[in-house]
Amino acid sequence: MALFKLNVNKRAYQADVEGDTPLLWVLRDSLGLVGTKYGCGIAQCGACTVHLDGKAVRSCVLPVSAIGTGKVTTIEGLSEKGDHPVQKAWDEVDVAQCGYCQAGQIMTAAALLKEKPKPTEDEIVSGMSGNVCRCGTYHRIREAVKVAASKTN
Amino acid sequence: MQTLDNTSRRSFMKIAAAAGGGLFLGFNWTNASALPVVVDAKAVVAGSVSFNSYLSIGTDNIITIISPNPEIGQGIKTAFPMVIAEELDADWKLVKTVQGNLDPGAFERQVTGGSGAVPHSWERLRKAGATARHLLVEAAAARWKVPATECTTSDGKVYHKASGKSAMYGELAEEASKLTAPKDVKLKDEKDFKLIGQSVRNVDNHNIATGKPLFGLDFYREGMLFAIIQRPKAFGYKLKSVDSTAAKAMPGIVDVVTFENSVAVVGKSTWQAQKARQALKIEYEKAADLESSSDHARIFTNLLDNGEATVRRKNGDVESAFKNAAKVIKAEFQCPFLPHSPLEPMNFFAHVREDGVELVGPTQTPDRARGEVAKLTGFSPEKVSVEITRQGGGFGRRLAADFVVEAAHVSKLVKAPLKVVWTREDDMTGGIYRPAVRYRFEAALDKTGQLIGYKLRGVGMNAGNSTREDNFPSGAVENLLIDSVDHKSPITTGPWRAPITNFLAYAEQSFLDEVAEAAGKDPIQFRLELLEKAKKAPAGDVKYDVDRMIAVIKLAAEKSNWGKKKGVHQGFSVYFSHRSYVAQVGEVVMEKGKPVLKNIIAAVDCGIVINKSGSLQQVRGGVVDGFGHAMYGNMTFKDGTPDQSNFNGFRLIRMNEIPEVDVHFVDNGISPTGLGEPALPPTGGAVANAFYKATKQRLRNQPFIEEPAFKGIS
Repeated sequence: MALFKLNVNKRAYQADVEGDTPLLWVLRDSLGLVGTKYGCGIAQCGACTVHLDGKAVRSCVLPVSAIGTGKVTTIEGLSEKGDHPVQKAWDEVDVAQCGYCQAGQIMTAAALLKEKPKPTEDEIVSGMSGNVCRCGTYHRIREAVKVAASKTN
Repeated sequence: MQTLDNTSRRSFMKIAAAAGGGLFLGFNWTNASALPVVVDAKAVVAGSVSFNSYLSIGTDNIITIISPNPEIGQGIKTAFPMVIAEELDADWKLVKTVQGNLDPGAFERQVTGGSGAVPHSWERLRKAGATARHLLVEAAAARWKVPATECTTSDGKVYHKASGKSAMYGELAEEASKLTAPKDVKLKDEKDFKLIGQSVRNVDNHNIATGKPLFGLDFYREGMLFAIIQRPKAFGYKLKSVDSTAAKAMPGIVDVVTFENSVAVVGKSTWQAQKARQALKIEYEKAADLESSSDHARIFTNLLDNGEATVRRKNGDVESAFKNAAKVIKAEFQCPFLPHSPLEPMNFFAHVREDGVELVGPTQTPDRARGEVAKLTGFSPEKVSVEITRQGGGFGRRLAADFVVEAAHVSKLVKAPLKVVWTREDDMTGGIYRPAVRYRFEAALDKTGQLIGYKLRGVGMNAGNSTREDNFPSGAVENLLIDSVDHKSPITTGPWRAPITNFLAYAEQSFLDEVAEAAGKDPIQFRLELLEKAKKAPAGDVKYDVDRMIAVIKLAAEKSNWGKKKGVHQGFSVYFSHRSYVAQVGEVVMEKGKPVLKNIIAAVDCGIVINKSGSLQQVRGGVVDGFGHAMYGNMTFKDGTPDQSNFNGFRLIRMNEIPEVDVHFVDNGISPTGLGEPALPPTGGAVANAFYKATKQRLRNQPFIEEPAFKGIS
């Protein structure tokens, strides 16, 4: 066990865990940030997607010891009031069925739009195809990314 | 929503001055009150007036509607309250929806399964809303001393036009609740619906998009432990010996306990328990046959040829029909196992105390979970409470209670509150599966191309009857025999979204396509002719509504511009399941020599559409699910051991692989029927028949990707 200091959602946290603990489980079990979801544990489904220094990463395979001073953003910290353009688009398009994968989808989409504010349809599809939605809300995810892009300057 | 009180909030937010000068939030589940996931319905409605088990109205005009059935992504938590709010004439903006906990005294059939919640509850929900509305009107009329018949309601208010008076429901709630509820109450005329039929957004959208704790896996409780369970690695094994010395010595591990054939590692965090499980030394021994998927074709074929079949339906004289046939068509279809793969794996919280049991988590059948845990622990069911969380998918997996019972088992042994968490590997390899099945179809045509004989034999697995003997084309064929044989497999199987029909519909609709071709008929015309026969000269009982089936067929043909698109290969399919009718047209286009599924047009008759947005997505999602699993889904076993254990080996459909899905609802004003399943069964057939048009190769087995037509195509 070791004490890790973490910067999550612009706040300082510390967690007393083993160094190989994936960030996902530190967020969920140690910090109480359960918005980041467990789906597969092997970076295949994207449910655990968070931002590390603004880039989308799979927190289920990222050991806490590898984070260092990196800034972590989770779904809880994507916006203060839940009004990030991607979050708003998800509501407007009414994307969610069960909703379990959507935090990961939103974090992937937000990182995609940061990099490519006006993505083409192909760029959206290739950018989002790493995230699984078992309910099959893919049409609406694609649509919501377009809506979010149209409202971002 | 229940919130932390100030004292616990302060300890929760315990701020520690950090050496580096920054602000550190020290946080530890063991000394902080956990964020409750499940809304306590009783706490929410305190201070407001309860009208019935579904509904209470606050003096602040907030209307709280409890949705009793588990929400697994089918949209019930939005749709049920819409029905009540409609009859109540509530202002939807003031409606708060709450997930109900298990309460058999207050609610009937708190189950999510069989697409049955809406048809079961439609009248009950309407009456709940209409009765409260009636009482509010009575209260207003008494207060204003005017006849109730002169009062009207809309948007959460009662109006008396002549006097210009109006009152919000919240102002009237107290008085209204003291009146006696009428036994019978008039329901709205469907044409007066204002909310039903509109697009209403998922009531949990904001909580989902902001990562609020909603799901079973998000539930934490002070002092709660985490259990990871090692189950036998092969179906047919039993536990022989366990050495847990090394696992027990690992950090954070509280205990290792053994029950039945399982070994539970209990620790202070999910990760510590997961790691310690790897240090277990377990020996197993063979206790039953070890089955391999590679043997299925042989086993099933043998049973089709020689098995003792149970007759499910028989009309006319099948033997003579086949003897006199001008043409006989035969085909067999087989599918593999499928895991359900809800993205939230199985998990459940259990606390077996001295005076009862507390259960919290995702289950499609809370009452079954309660009953089985009561049996295990020896408590009466009333001593077992079940809080229902939002659920990250179900697809039938959460109809079973195995994962709830084992949580109670471990809690009982360890004497602590704990949550059992299944890893994805546990979820995929721990059972239960859609069973592998094989069907043999035979059709007899006379020389004019009339279908004079039809045979279907199914070999199911642990299922009893693998057919749906009264479905179309039964009733439309004079000489018909449907029977089934069952294979007992040691691999545990169970219902998977649209049980039986998730594969049977594809097999049957593909076969009918072959028969139509052999008869020299257009596949849609062929079906319509059969349906005319079922109507005019039915062969035995007809247990589906012929006109409703004809209507969806015609709608799909019209919306797809059937047979008139250049360069587009269309395939047709129609199926009746879970009381709803769905016809689909698949459209395949050849791109660089490769067949690509571009579109699926779906025509749906589920009666009245309650929530347009939710229903549209439910159909799209069902089609994506149906196509994805037909195309890629392949779960196989070798000597009882699963070959796939996670999404790297088991392929789920992704965004770059979906067709466009164009959905059309039949508007017929009939009471609503289920929609969680009916869109899935017809998809495989529409897709296979379209691929056939494009490639001239029949797809006889699932997954399609393994079929000769797709060899060399990724």
